[in-house]
Amino acid sequence: MPGIYSLWIVGRNGGLLYSRDFVQLPPIEFNDKLRLASSWFGMCGISAQLSPMPDSSGIQLLQADTFDLHSFHTLTGTTFMLLAEPQTPDAAELLRTTVYELYCDYVLKNPFHEMDQVIKSELFDQNVVALLQATNRRWGVGLPPQ
Amino acid sequence: MPCFTFYIFNRKGACQYYHEWQRLKPVRSGAGSQEEDFKLMFGLFWSMRALSSALDPKNPAKQQMGAPQRIGDGCSFNSFRTSAYKLHFLESPSGLKFVLTTDPSVGSLAEALQYIYASLFVELVAKNPLYSPGEPFLFEPFSAALNKYMRTLGLLS
Repeated sequence: MPGIYSLWIVGRNGGLLYSRDFVQLPPIEFNDKLRLASSWFGMCGISAQLSPMPDSSGIQLLQADTFDLHSFHTLTGTTFMLLAEPQTPDAAELLRTTVYELYCDYVLKNPFHEMDQVIKSELFDQNVVALLQATNRRWGVGLPPQ
Repeated sequence: MPCFTFYIFNRKGACQYYHEWQRLKPVRSGAGSQEEDFKLMFGLFWSMRALSSALDPKNPAKQQMGAPQRIGDGCSFNSFRTSAYKLHFLESPSGLKFVLTTDPSVGSLAEALQYIYASLFVELVAKNPLYSPGEPFLFEPFSAALNKYMRTLGLLS
């Protein structure tokens, strides 16, 4: 069954800027989240370095036993991570277009926001939650934690 | 020719076998030297595995990130993909790690790696009396069978 678990945003220096779960998940401590985000950032760099082919990007998709981790690297170096059920259709597309659009509209266009600052925009949060929960509902995934 | 390189690592993280079919970006402009390349590659999938088991959304009793892990415990990963290549990964129950890099358009090779482990490695390497476990090896029948199998998969012309 497809479904989207959570969205993380990692800044240009590997810091975690935003994280949000869309279904009930076993909790991860906040410190662990920070460490996971920055190790993902490092792994993306190393995987590009180790590439057998020239001009590699960072990791776009990690397929684990129980989840898929889609990752989108913007041109300015921000990384979006979307944790989803394996075989979730269009997850990469969702990240690249809709989530990124919301980020541009509600975070980047906010005159008080500075790059690599933790994202505290309520509008962004509300819209992301509404969007991804609507997506989950379309697939019939259970109610979100409140 | 969509397959690039193939590595086998022993359980301690030393590279036992390496073969490259195609490597357009030489090691020198990547990790620096072949030794460094093996070390970085091991570090990469080791931490990838730690990350997978720490992120696992279906295991409420998962360990903290960085806690020592037994082989086969927790959630592992099958592959990851960048814009230039896809890396397929298999860990055997004895801790051997098989890594194959291919073109990003290639589908899942989990079964193919399982076949390479069970039918090629075990038959042609582990049963070879000259093979000492954990040491680097270079056996012609294994290399030939690997090439042949890659061709049957359509990954090698």
